[in-house]
Amino acid sequence: MSTETSFVTRAASLRAYASTADLAISPPAIHEVSDRARRIAASRNLLNEPRPIRFIIVALAISFLTIFVVLPLVVVFASAFSKGISAYLAALTEPEALSAIRLTLLVAAISVTLNLVFGVVAAWAIAKFEFRGKTFLITLIDLPFSVSPVISGLVFVLLFGAQGYWGTWLQAHDIHILFAVPGIVLATIFVTFPFVARSLIPLMQEQGTQEEEAAISLGASGLQTFFRVTLPNIKWGLLYGVLLCNARAMGEFGAVSVVSGHIRGETNTMPLLVEILYNEYQFVASFAIASLLAMLALITLIVKTVLERRLDEGQTPRDISRDDPSDH
Amino acid sequence: MSTAVARRSSLPGFGLTMGLTLTWLSVIILIPLAGLFLKTFELSPGQFWDILTSRRTLNALKLSFGLSFAAACVNLVMGTIIVWALVRYRFPGRRLFDAIVDIPFALPTAVAGVALTQLFAQKGWLGAPLAELGIKVAFTPIGIFIAMVFIGIPFVVRTVQPVLIDLDPEIEEAAASLGANRWHTVFRVILPSLIPALLTGFALAFARAVGEYGSVIFIAGNLPNVSEIAPLLIVIRLSEFRYADATAIAVIMLLASFLIILVVNRLQRWAQARIPVH
Repeated sequence: MSTETSFVTRAASLRAYASTADLAISPPAIHEVSDRARRIAASRNLLNEPRPIRFIIVALAISFLTIFVVLPLVVVFASAFSKGISAYLAALTEPEALSAIRLTLLVAAISVTLNLVFGVVAAWAIAKFEFRGKTFLITLIDLPFSVSPVISGLVFVLLFGAQGYWGTWLQAHDIHILFAVPGIVLATIFVTFPFVARSLIPLMQEQGTQEEEAAISLGASGLQTFFRVTLPNIKWGLLYGVLLCNARAMGEFGAVSVVSGHIRGETNTMPLLVEILYNEYQFVASFAIASLLAMLALITLIVKTVLERRLDEGQTPRDISRDDPSDH
Repeated sequence: MSTAVARRSSLPGFGLTMGLTLTWLSVIILIPLAGLFLKTFELSPGQFWDILTSRRTLNALKLSFGLSFAAACVNLVMGTIIVWALVRYRFPGRRLFDAIVDIPFALPTAVAGVALTQLFAQKGWLGAPLAELGIKVAFTPIGIFIAMVFIGIPFVVRTVQPVLIDLDPEIEEAAASLGANRWHTVFRVILPSLIPALLTGFALAFARAVGEYGSVIFIAGNLPNVSEIAPLLIVIRLSEFRYADATAIAVIMLLASFLIILVVNRLQRWAQARIPVH
């Protein structure tokens, strides 16, 4: 009841000042319209842009997004299917394509798992405890986001390459890191490092520590507390981080390109194969692989949207009950 | 405050998780990056200077930073327009276009690269009509600029969008009630309160464009001194086993991106100081 009255008073005051201002600026034609409609029109004029401007802004936004974002995506699928479905399927079942798909899945599985464990561990330390240098630590975790992918690959070449710090030692012991799967995994872990931790830290900070403390005081062990109390609370956020981490791990190009060595059938991931086939003018084959990665991106976006809604829902009741002094 | 600290430390696992975090962080991030900086110390300052001021390096850096700046400017303007349309207006397909903004984030860079090249190549859907107008996009610096605009747009939109959504409507109502016309309300009241977010989005888009590799190299043409971006020059120097050259360029680019992070952090602190705590 009270919210309704306050809405009514606010609407009334809004109409009052809108109509006074309207007298000064609106063209006389408007006075012929009924009083109520005129007031609404006036309030719209002052709190919204004129119709033609609104139209231009929406048209600009839609055409920009269509030309720069939608069209490239459409081109991928149009080019992939330009010679028909059979050519498309044939391109995807080439041994080279299959080995690239296998390698991409393997690299993503390893790097996402490792970053998942690290992300949870780091988020626990950062979100549940107070210590000096916390902001600095978060900045360090964020670092890979602001490093060029090429440089992310370069640092591993400098460590493990033939002229790198440990190159001669590795060669002497016949250990292959660069131009082999371990190098690709390392570079992928580097570029996807922040995703899980970054999606968990704000969530866990917001949730505070009361529930965990209650569990501990009731005699639960640390691991029990984590798996029975914390994990159910953070599961959507965790999934969100893993989802983005996986998308980047499968799609990474620059860093992997630097450390892979492009050995056909051995160290080519899907994005690298897209490049090689494109440079060999095998457009259908290149875009066939690219279409798989584009589908991965689209699925990621859809699941992300669903998860964001879940996260929003989860936050509303918690916001009311939270008393966390550390946030500001 | 001390009670809060004591209460917080009653949870177990701080030593273990902190230890693991620092170890993993060192192995994956800190040691490799330290290796990069150590490598530059193998160069004398004179050598370092010679590499950076060689014609090809200078041209690559100028191209990367210059075009990234131009692309970030376009992103700033178009990003603001897109945010405004998405937040303030209702139009058919609004939610779809809202989701579409994230595609440059989600699409693997190599896929974006080949797609943009195909689109803007001389026989492409957009390249053909542009070629008739005498504009060649693919394999020229214009192509690089287009790719940078593509990857930068979500940064501005996603940074500004939440701020515009949270903007208190009463500020606008007050401005309007005090006699400001819509033009004044938008440019004197609303846009100034978006400035920290706009600058943050601009800086993020700029930083991303400077380091971008995958979506740019296909459309770039990669002609030395003309359309060769700095990240590509690093890759070329590596393939020539000129590690020192690659490292010197990388260090300059890293320092630039650290500078940008610093600026972004300052901007965010500034933004927080400006917004009154409710």
